[in-house]
Amino acid sequence: MELAFALAIGALTASGVYLLLRARTFPVVIGLTLLSYGVNLFLFSSGRLATGGQPIIGSTSQYSDPLPQALVLTAIVIGFAMTAFVVVLALRNLADNEDDHVDGYQSERTPKLKTEEAEVSEK
Amino acid sequence: MNHWLTAPILIPLLGGILQVFMGYAPVSLRRTLALTTTVLILVSAIVLLVLADDGSYRAYAFGNWAPPFGIVLVLDRLAALMLVLTAILALFCHIYSVGGADEGNRQFHALYLFQLLGLNIAFLTGDLFNLFVAFEVLLIASYGLLMHGAGTARTVPGLHYVVLNLAGSSIFLISVGMIYSVTGTLNMADLALQVPRVSGEDLLIVKAAGMMLLVVFGLKAAILPLCFWLPRAYAKATAPVAALFAVMTKVGIYAILRVYTLVFGDQAGELAGLGMDWLFPMALVTLAMGVVGAVGSESLKTLVAWQVIISVGTLLAAMSLGSEAGTSAALFYLLNTTWVVGGLFLVADLISRQRGSAGDRIVTAPRMHNRTFLSTLFLIGAVAAAGLPPLSGFFAKLLILQAATPGTQMAWLWSVVLAGGFFTLIAYSRAGSIVFWRTVDGHVENPGRLSGTVSVSAGALVALSFVIVVLAGPITRYTDATAAQLHNSSDYIEILKTPMVGKEE
Repeated sequence: MELAFALAIGALTASGVYLLLRARTFPVVIGLTLLSYGVNLFLFSSGRLATGGQPIIGSTSQYSDPLPQALVLTAIVIGFAMTAFVVVLALRNLADNEDDHVDGYQSERTPKLKTEEAEVSEK
Repeated sequence: MNHWLTAPILIPLLGGILQVFMGYAPVSLRRTLALTTTVLILVSAIVLLVLADDGSYRAYAFGNWAPPFGIVLVLDRLAALMLVLTAILALFCHIYSVGGADEGNRQFHALYLFQLLGLNIAFLTGDLFNLFVAFEVLLIASYGLLMHGAGTARTVPGLHYVVLNLAGSSIFLISVGMIYSVTGTLNMADLALQVPRVSGEDLLIVKAAGMMLLVVFGLKAAILPLCFWLPRAYAKATAPVAALFAVMTKVGIYAILRVYTLVFGDQAGELAGLGMDWLFPMALVTLAMGVVGAVGSESLKTLVAWQVIISVGTLLAAMSLGSEAGTSAALFYLLNTTWVVGGLFLVADLISRQRGSAGDRIVTAPRMHNRTFLSTLFLIGAVAAAGLPPLSGFFAKLLILQAATPGTQMAWLWSVVLAGGFFTLIAYSRAGSIVFWRTVDGHVENPGRLSGTVSVSAGALVALSFVIVVLAGPITRYTDATAAQLHNSSDYIEILKTPMVGKEE
């Protein structure tokens, strides 16, 4: 179980980091989501993996730690809200710049900001 | 159990919730209530400062759960100092925002108060996971505030800021998980007890987690390889928001100071002083990078944003000396730099409003309105920020230079801080002389009227530099005591014995 769990965390984190480094906002958002899945699983495992354990000391020989579950729950809620916000922001970026590049423009195109400034200085 | 400790958290929380539900109330009512809330935060922070000044630790256990099982708030001198620092900055920025910057978004005041909520939790909490939650609260409010205001200029810097901080949060959670898996606790006082007992393979896990935490705090504090998001984001933000954000990097510095003196401090056995040998060179390089950025800035707000990075470098360099004198000097500099940089953001905004289409860019333009008043404010801010006598920046830098012990460390610190100060001065002189003196004929169309509220709040924040000089004696006494308390962290562990309400000992 430990091996499968570790591989799952590794795969999620690796693909999350890879996507996070892409130049378009959509893969970046997906990358953040995958990364947070990996992190949540990792946090869960910090209380050690056990099946059939109760979260009460003394009730069974093998007890499971309830605190990481509380931490994961908090992390999931926060991560969900943050992802929702970043989706909205990515959409606004797309609407404002007519491009979903993370810098708002591609390198071969002149940045919008520069042209506006040039117009002002010409005046 | 001292219930006053919850006041700086409950006041902005309740005030913020009130603002959420009165988005359609008359604007004057919303402004009055929001300002009242900020004033109340300042009052409660001052009460806590007076309480903390006796040098003891006070704890508040949420839900009456005994630490280390429940979440605790801990008040000591450092926490109280940070609360007052934030509350004073927040009050003046809030007054400034009432002068018109809060228009265009009905939830501005709610976001602003939630931002203060997150900051206050971060300063008071005694729990590592709760610190993560506090970071998230202040970050989500700051995302909203950063996007406040019309125009599309903020979208891209805002996106970078959000994505970077989300990645930072993931790293924070990973390191929290690693620490918990070994020590079985996240209470900072308990961690200070457990970390020295870690041995064998577990030592490497805690070491890795500690270094990852340093990366996260370094991202918040904008240390060099992680600082390039800051100038664009801060320069594009609305002025009072940018001024309030002057304290955001200080949250990262506070977290470094707290965690690395308490958990990885001198008593931490094999992990004592973890990461500190990295911090000193990084701080000096950050300082140098900030100066390079300041000299090359094209606009006043960018210049002030790079000043934020310069102050982060100076602060961390003083802190990583590892001596009580160094920490005390850093705290003195912290007061000076946070208020002055906040004030400079406001002054830069006032200047840009008086220059028509030239805005805050450092270019030749028609002569601005209210030039004498604004140039005086800019002069005071620049002198205080660059560290020239007679203002507080000079005394702060003097304390930092004195704190260095003779040797290679001293040679590096003195040369980088002094050369950095000189080039900062050049950057401000260049910006000031072009903006104020090199003017052309013509008139500025539709200059915004300089109203009383905005000029008073911007002026007051910059003039706090004089107040620091006048009160330098008491402030130094307080920062010395704070540094002594931080470096003698064994008393912090006493909060684990906080008696619970209704339980007979």
